[in-house]
Amino acid sequence: MATNAYVPHAAGYVDNEGPKVVTARFTDPEGYLLPHSVASGGYSGLREALSRTPSEVAAEVKEAVLLGRGGAGFPAGIKWGFMPAVWPRYLVVNGDESEPGTYKDRLLMERDPHQLIEGCMIACYALGLNTCFLYVRGEMALAQERIAAALNDAYSHNYVGANVLGTDVSIDIVLTWGAGAYIVGEETALIESLEGNRGMPRLKPPYFPAAKGLYMKPTIVNNVETLSNLPWIIRHGSTAYKQFGSERSPGTRVVAVSGHVNRPGVYEIEQGVVTFRDLFYGENYCQGIRDGNDLKMFIPGGGSAPWFFPEQLDLPLEGGEIGPAGSMLGSGAIVAMDHTTDAVKACHRLVRFFARESCGKCSPCREGTSWEEKILERILAGHGRPADIDLLADVGSKISPSPYPTAAWEAEGLEAVPFPPRQTTICPLGPSSVAPITSALRRFRHEFEAKVANNASPDEAADASDSWGTEVVMGGQQ
Amino acid sequence: MSRLSEANLATAREIIGRYPRPKSALIPLLHLAQEQDGYVSDDAMEHLAELVGTTPAEVLGTCSFYEMFKRHRVGRYVINVCTNISCQLNGGEELLAEAEEILGIRAGGTTEDQMFTLEDVECIAACTEAPCLQVNYRYEHRVGNGDLKTLINDLRSGARTDIPPHGTLATIRQHIDPTRAAGIEPPETAGVPVWFSRRQPAEEDA
Repeated sequence: MATNAYVPHAAGYVDNEGPKVVTARFTDPEGYLLPHSVASGGYSGLREALSRTPSEVAAEVKEAVLLGRGGAGFPAGIKWGFMPAVWPRYLVVNGDESEPGTYKDRLLMERDPHQLIEGCMIACYALGLNTCFLYVRGEMALAQERIAAALNDAYSHNYVGANVLGTDVSIDIVLTWGAGAYIVGEETALIESLEGNRGMPRLKPPYFPAAKGLYMKPTIVNNVETLSNLPWIIRHGSTAYKQFGSERSPGTRVVAVSGHVNRPGVYEIEQGVVTFRDLFYGENYCQGIRDGNDLKMFIPGGGSAPWFFPEQLDLPLEGGEIGPAGSMLGSGAIVAMDHTTDAVKACHRLVRFFARESCGKCSPCREGTSWEEKILERILAGHGRPADIDLLADVGSKISPSPYPTAAWEAEGLEAVPFPPRQTTICPLGPSSVAPITSALRRFRHEFEAKVANNASPDEAADASDSWGTEVVMGGQQ
Repeated sequence: MSRLSEANLATAREIIGRYPRPKSALIPLLHLAQEQDGYVSDDAMEHLAELVGTTPAEVLGTCSFYEMFKRHRVGRYVINVCTNISCQLNGGEELLAEAEEILGIRAGGTTEDQMFTLEDVECIAACTEAPCLQVNYRYEHRVGNGDLKTLINDLRSGARTDIPPHGTLATIRQHIDPTRAAGIEPPETAGVPVWFSRRQPAEEDA
């Protein structure tokens, strides 16, 4: 029975009412161990899959409309269909969760590694391949440890490796890991990293790793949560899966709600049904904004997503609605900010992230993100010039030629510009840095203006700092 | 400092055997070198280059891209305080300032006794547990008043035996028994898995 409370051993997870597709074992303190997994149906999805042909399994997944849970929200079944009839082919699991605000893949890896391994096996079988690389973020020591232990157990009990479950099917899963680089979440950068290189996104074309990926061979890159759904789908069928969620976005999603809410938490919710208002204010969810404060803005899908405001609270968590409203559901990372939040400071912190994580391959991003950061830094330090506000927008428009996606603001007669943005870069990292800037500038321009108001003369301001405000020491690392 | 020890060399060879191309093992091998010495030395990089059949410059190229690889000595405990958005909203920057105060170093620095290195890091995926930090990549959630002082005292006194010295990530390694392996082949020679040809009639091939 759901307790509607935190589960002590799964930090942040709230055991809620509602269907449990991927978090069912989170309440079991030892749910990550093989006997516990098997006792609750673990690997029965794999057994079922092996009794069908690979294409039947793939068809079941396609029928379930399993939308990718990593950020782009592309249906996994369709992505799989992009693979040409070329071998060898590879499956790479993207466990490099590092989008600001995102906290769900780590829990899935730490709390239920066997579910993920079973999902990998089902995907490998459906795709007709025998080598899978499970790439876990470098900073997640416990997740690596749990997966290593789970793989060792799964190998010795014939769930992975040669002659799986006594059949002719043989599949290897290799645990591999990164070493700290947000950009490696981008699928071609992940592949570069897995080839032992600097994790920089590849020049496109070729556009899809499904055609030319690891070692320039067909490669599917799927997110941890996406693959964790597969055992349930195969066990219960796509029809049962589609009972949950909305028609366009069936199933559940694991979302992390953080920031200024009374009960921040990781919740498994039905997609397209629950609204942001339910999440922030519902008794079963976050139970309101802290201290009874007003909500100022919120991030609906990770640091890369344009911000939403109170008027978007009644939108359901449904990619089909959030995109046209000017943002994205991304990686299920929802961050609430109350009225005490300094919009310029929040904007700066997000921009600083992208500036630090830019891989340096494309000049608009490499140069642009650090310009953005420095401009925001000097505005915050009190050395900003009035012209800085437009300069900031201008630098952003060089990375992401406008109009940049943004939430509608009916009061000003502004229409939503739907996601995703245009870009002058190979990957979406650079344009992502523009999201907080456009969001903050469009709604809270007065806050920027107030911070530069006392520096009316550009010359004086230029004297007060040096020309680029470099007296402000940048944070710790590169 | 040094090349890989005999024991680590055996581990390295096992790791390399798991990848279709040796260079793919580079990041796990760099972690192994860092586990051995606490940081990645030039000698270790040269050794890794020999092992995977590339140049030391290539190894340095990969090593220098990733934030976790240290090319100089750091403290026994690397304390990573998150100041990204969810933590910032809940006092992450104040927590970092408190850590700087207690340790007497700025973010990026190492204490004179080589016990602690402090870093101001990006989102570490514990956003609902803000403010949070990691010690050698082990989590401390919802770090409240006084918690940091206790943590640092415990680390100093050796009470936190659950946290290995910097460089060690997972304390359990994957090990594939050769008799249980499906078999990894180079991409040049690997073909369609036999079981797939048998189970999937060619005309239905998607």
